[in-house]
Amino acid sequence: MATAAHAQKGLFSRPRAKTGWFSWVTTVDHKKIGIMYMFTALFFFIVGGVEALLIRAQLAQPNGQVLSADAYNQVFTMHGLTMIFLVVMPLGSALMNYFVPLMIGARDVAFPRINAFSYWVYLFGGLFLYTSFALGGAPDGGWFGYAPLSTLQTSDGMTFYALGLQILGIASLGGAINFIVTILNMRAPGMTLMRMPVFVWMTLVTSFLLLFAMPVIAVALFQLMFDRVWGANFFDATVGGDPVLWQHLFWLFGHPEVYIMILPAMGIVSDILPTFSGKPIFGYAAIVFAGIAIGFMGWGVWAHHMFSVGLGPVANSAFALSTMFIAVPTGVKIFNWLGTMWGGSIRFKTPLLFAVGFVTMFVIGGLSGVSHAIVPHDGQQTDTYYIVAHFHYVLFGGAVFGLFGGMYYWWPKMFGRHLGEGLGKVHFWLMLIGFNLAFGPMHILGLQGMPRRQDTYPDNMGWNFWNLISTVGAFLIAVSILVFFWNVVRSRTKGEEAGADPWDGRTLEWATASPPPEHNFDVIPHVTHRDDFWHTKYATDEEGEPVKVFAGGSGSDENIDQVHHTGHIHMPDPSFWPVVAAFGLPVLAFGVLYISTPTLVVGGLILLVGLFGWGLEPSAEEH
Amino acid sequence: MATQDIVLDTQEHTSTGVDNVKLAMWAFLGSECLFFASLISTYLLYRNDVLSGPTPSEIYDIPFTSVSSFVLLMSSLTMVLALGAIHRKDERQMRVWLLATAVLGMVFIGGQIYEFTTFVEEGMKLDTSTFSSAFFVLTGFHGAHVTVGILLLLTLVMMSLFGRLSPGAERKVEMIGLYWHFVDIVWVVIFTVVYLIPTNG
Amino acid sequence: MNGSPAAKRRLLALLALLAVFAIACDTGPQDFLKSQASVQTQKADSLWDVTFAIAVFIFVVVEGLIIYALIRFRQRPGREAAQFHGNTKVEIILTVIPSLILAGLAVPTVQTIFENSKQPPDALRIQVVAKQFWWEFNYPDLGIVTANELHLPVDQTAYIEITSPTNDVIHSFWVPRLTGAQDAVPGRTNTTVITPTATGQFWGQCKEFCGLSHSRMRLRVFVEDRSTFDQWVADQGEEAAEPTDSLAQQGQELFVNGQCAACHTISGTNAAGTTGPNLTHLMSRRTFAGAIFRMNEGNLRDWVADAPAMKPGSIMPSGLKSMGLSQSDVDAIVAYLLTLE
Repeated sequence: MATAAHAQKGLFSRPRAKTGWFSWVTTVDHKKIGIMYMFTALFFFIVGGVEALLIRAQLAQPNGQVLSADAYNQVFTMHGLTMIFLVVMPLGSALMNYFVPLMIGARDVAFPRINAFSYWVYLFGGLFLYTSFALGGAPDGGWFGYAPLSTLQTSDGMTFYALGLQILGIASLGGAINFIVTILNMRAPGMTLMRMPVFVWMTLVTSFLLLFAMPVIAVALFQLMFDRVWGANFFDATVGGDPVLWQHLFWLFGHPEVYIMILPAMGIVSDILPTFSGKPIFGYAAIVFAGIAIGFMGWGVWAHHMFSVGLGPVANSAFALSTMFIAVPTGVKIFNWLGTMWGGSIRFKTPLLFAVGFVTMFVIGGLSGVSHAIVPHDGQQTDTYYIVAHFHYVLFGGAVFGLFGGMYYWWPKMFGRHLGEGLGKVHFWLMLIGFNLAFGPMHILGLQGMPRRQDTYPDNMGWNFWNLISTVGAFLIAVSILVFFWNVVRSRTKGEEAGADPWDGRTLEWATASPPPEHNFDVIPHVTHRDDFWHTKYATDEEGEPVKVFAGGSGSDENIDQVHHTGHIHMPDPSFWPVVAAFGLPVLAFGVLYISTPTLVVGGLILLVGLFGWGLEPSAEEH
Repeated sequence: MATQDIVLDTQEHTSTGVDNVKLAMWAFLGSECLFFASLISTYLLYRNDVLSGPTPSEIYDIPFTSVSSFVLLMSSLTMVLALGAIHRKDERQMRVWLLATAVLGMVFIGGQIYEFTTFVEEGMKLDTSTFSSAFFVLTGFHGAHVTVGILLLLTLVMMSLFGRLSPGAERKVEMIGLYWHFVDIVWVVIFTVVYLIPTNG
Repeated sequence: MNGSPAAKRRLLALLALLAVFAIACDTGPQDFLKSQASVQTQKADSLWDVTFAIAVFIFVVVEGLIIYALIRFRQRPGREAAQFHGNTKVEIILTVIPSLILAGLAVPTVQTIFENSKQPPDALRIQVVAKQFWWEFNYPDLGIVTANELHLPVDQTAYIEITSPTNDVIHSFWVPRLTGAQDAVPGRTNTTVITPTATGQFWGQCKEFCGLSHSRMRLRVFVEDRSTFDQWVADQGEEAAEPTDSLAQQGQELFVNGQCAACHTISGTNAAGTTGPNLTHLMSRRTFAGAIFRMNEGNLRDWVADAPAMKPGSIMPSGLKSMGLSQSDVDAIVAYLLTLE
């Protein structure tokens, strides 16, 4: 591209490698960053999965001896933190990174270097959290970190928690701002908001949720940090601190967080179903506005996590009502997905199976969710395995199925080769069965009175059978994941080669080569329709019925593989400053953790040098 | 249009017509609003819980803080003047006003350091009470924001001196200005809530 | 691909069967699927029954429609996808119906929330203090302090105030068949109301994660008929009996003048600590240490000798390792404890 010509300005010249490991470290290409997000998240998925298996091994039988109480508390806390902050959110970010610019016809995100910075902050934040295992103990106060247990736990674990999540929050905030600006500002000509693919819409809603949720948890985490490290009193009841403050701040972030995890998957499913049903999405406007409504209402339901805290009957009633009615837009989405399949010609490819898996499992999670709003009975359900079952149906049956669907759907676009269909189907069915065996019985265990977060349980509670089944299910999921990784490895050499448009796709990412060139589109497309790419392939007759326009026919290939040499496409040059700046953050965190001024100074200097290097390096237009 | 150079990170045609960096800055400041709202809520929850430590009315030196608040507000004025200067392409005068803004900010920070030191001497430390924790963390984070602003202003001045402010000088000054005005407005809220609204103590 | 939906149907049938099986067998002592034993939990339960029935109905309809659509509209020769973008009428109907169902659920829910929070005038007052990792129960009007085992008279409403010491953490008081969870928050007092409708033994446990031995913070509730409860009240009101056996007397000496008294109260002696459980009528309880160990000599000996080894995170230090007791001291103290009827 535009790089070879300018080797100037010594220290501040930009790295130019396009291949090799250094090109990955310095890349600002949204596609490379997306791939790095994806594989890092999959790595943490294995780690979090191993933690899940440890939990299930411990609970397979009463009086389990696999883990000590202390180890169990660390493992379940880290399982939650890993799956939420290091797997589901970044896996969403991975697909957003790769596909949002492609879907709106842009050449990159608005701030490529901030994008790289976000990725490195995420990676370093995750590694920082995991160093805690070697440095005196991992976080052991639950992912929800309720004060004052989180201020009183004696190992450094919860300080790692406060600092680690703070770092990850910076990554999320950077990503959110980037996507907001990218989606609002960098759409191809004609790509109006109401022509955007649903995945792009859900990314936009998710980004706004992150934008406003992250600062709230940041304040809570800072307060926890000041309490733990410098003896402040925010949550110390002996001097009048109120532990419930933490809960309000945490859930004011925590509930939008739930939608942050599920909305991207809903977007993916909303794009997969039309493709494989061969018809447009049913009720596009309704599904978009339902997503926005969920985004707004998500701010008004946080106290349904706190029905047993003692907020009083008035507050409990109000939050019961808001919780019930957030089910309405959710229901709208489910009916619209059903309507999308209705009357279609459904092709049972692996992405579709995962999308349908998402819808069917999410219905279960949604229904159990409504039952939590029955406050008098929520007193029974809360903090039991019924809740564990519920949110795994939403976040695993929902988000994870959706994300796997997205990976199967977009893998050929990202790597030019399909993941194996046969292995994909084996993966899907094993995962679906394993998932239901693992988490279905938890509904029953909860109703049998088994609380969450218990390292062991006695023999005489009637919980033995279903716990064993659940453990079997968990290991079945693990097998299905192994099949997935085998599929990934196999596809590198044996995967069926995919053309630009392997699924008869509808949206712009299919209008360019697989994998796309660095500049995404040789010609920025002019958008005239929703599902614009589909409309370049099909025309409509007088009755409005679609007629395939065959290759060579009018207009079909105008946007594909046609290189115009009329312009010189400037792409942002790689930069090593984002990774440098990002590295300063964990160093600073260690400085706070050990109250070490030299470490703080070093961390601060790394950050400053990174940022100044960033600010002063020649930007693309100077070339 | 389709084959024009797409140059990222710079002023370009955008779908909304709003500059990318400006949109990002507004989004960031929206996020900051929630950040300070959470801190201020915490302060309001705890402002009467002083235990044996000094009460707000005993310890606040309202005239002193009013003066330093006035200084900070004046810095918004000099910021506007700096922006005006660069609009007129007068980089030299812009540097003067930016420097003035930074100096006013430093005076404010100096005042805050003096205030914190006095409070600690009078027996109010971070760990004295929930009130003291909430006070120091809220005003401390505001001070940190001002400090970051000062660094950004000084960076602008340095870049201008070394001739690296252009292209896009106006926009750079405008963005830092947005941030600076925001931090000032937040201080107006904090000053009102923390210092002016009377407490039970 | 015709096999996939069928396989899914078989799976669903299997799951339904399993669920029926689970509901059919009422297994454990904390099960709240059936047989609620208080007015409040019965009300909650009837709400749940309605909700569950509606949920099952919706589940069957929605999943049924999905499976139908997958089969009916699968790709096959001659099948063309119909190109429509929506159907406003259907969309409105499908938005209104769930809203109405939810509104129908909301009304009784709110009613029950308020009913269950009512404090009747003649209620028995009880204070619950949750500590890491056991429960203290005070009957302020009856002058009784006990631990881990709560006694309630049947058919009388108990008004229960729940808190946790300010230097402790959040716990949650929960007895599945008698009351839903209510958190014990340091610095706050929450209340719950229980009107037991059946006698018997009911198990509960802490439901808010509270540290190392969260799973070992259990309790039992004994709902008794009026005369049994009155007898229990009378027994608990007495001072501890003086030991007659010499080993027990030696144990009393060690207890009252040693470190034990710093944390434990035994009425009638100088032991008046309040950190640990009141031991005046220790032997009237069936369990100890968060209702996880049976009350017998062997367990007590092990406990006094080395509590943290039996229960991770126990605040009570090890007798042998931390309190400087010898094995014979432990024997003497246990002999004394066994006299606290």
